[in-house]
Amino acid sequence: MREFKATGPVSNTLESHGSRLTTHDSNEIFIQVKDLVHIYNRGKRGEFRALSGVSLEIKKGEFLAVVGPNGSGKSTLIMHFNALLTPTEGEVIVGGLDTRDPRHIWEIRRQVGIVFQNPDNQIVSSLLEEDVAFGVENLGLPPEEVRERVEEALSLTGLSGVRDRPPHLLSGGQKQRLAVAGVLAMCPACLVLDEPSSMLDPAGRAELMETLVRLNRSGRVTVILVTHFMEDAARADKIIVMNEGRLVLTGPPDRVFAEHALLDEINLALPAAAEISRGLRRRGFPVPDGILSLDDLVSFLCRR
Amino acid sequence: MNNNPIIKVENLTHIYSPGTPFQVVSLEGISLEIARGEFFAVIGSTGSGKSTLVQHFNGILAPAKGKIWVCGADISDKRQRRDLWRRVGLVFQQPEQQLFEETVFDDVAFGPRNMGFDQDEVKRRVEKALQQMGLDPATVSGVPPFRLSGGMRRKVAIAGVLAMTPEVLILDEPAAGLDPQGRKQLMDLVEDFRREEGVTMVLVTHNMEEAALWTDRMAVLDKGRLVMEGSTREVFNKAGELRALGLNVPAPAQLMCKLRAAGKQVRTDVLTNEEAVEEIARLLSET
Ligand SMILES: Nc1ncnc2c1ncn2[C@@H]1O[C@H](COP(=O)(O)OP(=O)(O)OP(=O)(O)O)[C@@H](O)[C@H]1O
Ligand SMILES: Nc1ncnc2c1ncn2[C@@H]1O[C@H](COP(=O)(O)OP(=O)(O)OP(=O)(O)O)[C@@H](O)[C@H]1O
Ligand SMILES: [Mg+2]
Ligand SMILES: [Mg+2]
Repeated sequence: MREFKATGPVSNTLESHGSRLTTHDSNEIFIQVKDLVHIYNRGKRGEFRALSGVSLEIKKGEFLAVVGPNGSGKSTLIMHFNALLTPTEGEVIVGGLDTRDPRHIWEIRRQVGIVFQNPDNQIVSSLLEEDVAFGVENLGLPPEEVRERVEEALSLTGLSGVRDRPPHLLSGGQKQRLAVAGVLAMCPACLVLDEPSSMLDPAGRAELMETLVRLNRSGRVTVILVTHFMEDAARADKIIVMNEGRLVLTGPPDRVFAEHALLDEINLALPAAAEISRGLRRRGFPVPDGILSLDDLVSFLCRR
Repeated sequence: MNNNPIIKVENLTHIYSPGTPFQVVSLEGISLEIARGEFFAVIGSTGSGKSTLVQHFNGILAPAKGKIWVCGADISDKRQRRDLWRRVGLVFQQPEQQLFEETVFDDVAFGPRNMGFDQDEVKRRVEKALQQMGLDPATVSGVPPFRLSGGMRRKVAIAGVLAMTPEVLILDEPAAGLDPQGRKQLMDLVEDFRREEGVTMVLVTHNMEEAALWTDRMAVLDKGRLVMEGSTREVFNKAGELRALGLNVPAPAQLMCKLRAAGKQVRTDVLTNEEAVEEIARLLSET
């Protein structure tokens, strides 16, 4: 695996436009993954080795993006973060607790909230508002606090207008927003989202990204985002790239997206700004590496 | 160009659960035409009515008000509506959740069997459809669908519709959740199918880059109403209006708008990264 440390200047040719996040200020490790192997249906028909020797550390307050082709093991990996899956080999320690010990499950799930890839799997009640309240009510909070949290989650996800609908009668994007709202209302210390915007419209996707950035910066929430949108991944502190069950690359976005050969090999795209910069370089224009956002590209072009 | 539209919608209104507390007017006064063989996109914000609209095209939903003709059939007529599924294929949003047969073969064979073809013809159609979706019939036919990756399941679901050789193929967010390579491969396959078989394509998508890359014309929905219609290039040259609707223009067009705002004289009606590179190269060589 190639590993880059986030030391030194991000880029000496570019001004940062605030599109990238400030690095987290804590060095405390929140999730530690050591030599993790996960084998589905071990010893049975359909046995499949989905993760092979994955090791990584996620710091408290970090914003981590997980990218990689379909079937590379992204969902399998993040389901270990709240003990929904446990290691076949190796270990996963969350907030100091070993996920293999069943006595820790409740505490781990209180700290780590996951928005699953398929929103239908997350719907539990016949009214939208109840669905959002479901998890919060189980936290033993006073009723006013429950109401406040549900209100806030509904407004953050733009669902206030459809609050009294039955969830199964929602559109695809509305269901996906609902899945996010239910987990936001729990206010977990660590928020894990598995492709939460695959069915959102452009404004919904941008708003969700802003919400995550805000929670991460001011709320000190650790955010782990699985995504196929490289523009969104480019806004994280750190990206990990999965391929065929292995962690093949990790580092800050500008370093990861500079690894053209490796990314091409596993058919991963670049953010549009990086792709266009690359096209310009091929035409002989000296556009530097490390341009990941449209704003950075505009300011570079305007300074020439 | 629309002398002989394959889909014609006139003043369509649709209401879910009419007369109940959950009544929702999901479409209101929609009129549009889709020409034979074109690649047509339907875009619009979450809940704007896209899935509802396209489910009328193969007769799953019937209009509350208004008229729709598809392949010459009047779909407000129950008898004509009933036969439409043979001619108009619809791949639902998240179709992999509808793979319910034991094997990939049986799943893809479901449609052709219902159409009454004999075993040999069913087999021929299943194999051809799997190949058209880039899957090897010999390796995937006997596999249970749930063992496949998300991307492969998506392809199997689309193959199930192709196997019925429809005249119109409707794809509701076909590439959501696919990786960039899977997305491109899927759209390439669909485009080949359109060109080779002359099939009309209707694509519902939230991915503006994808709409820009593949489609000829677009309809834009907002809260159940049709608010824009035109060639893909025309519609994507209206950045301000699209943003106000919770949509956007493709990334390369966003870049050109930002350059324009910074005082650079560039075209804003670009659709692809290549066109953006071309236009910026022109700008850089002039200065
Ligand atoms: N329950 C299961 N039984 C057997 N194999 C499985 C199971 N779940 C997943 N797999 C396999 O494990 C591999 C990794 O799957 P995973 O869902 O983690 O990938 P992913 O990176 O999240 O992909 P995607 O981008 O499609 O969501 C895939 O090859 C998949 O087919
Ligand atoms: N079965 C149903 N019963 C009642 N209302 C419904 C039903 N299906 C959808 N709706 C509502 O009708 C409206 C249009 O829904 P539709 O699914 O057509 O939207 P869409 O544009 O496809 O959205 P998305 O991009 O989220 O998939 C939404 O407000 C939705 O909540
Ligand atoms: Mg996944
Ligand atoms: Mg829809």
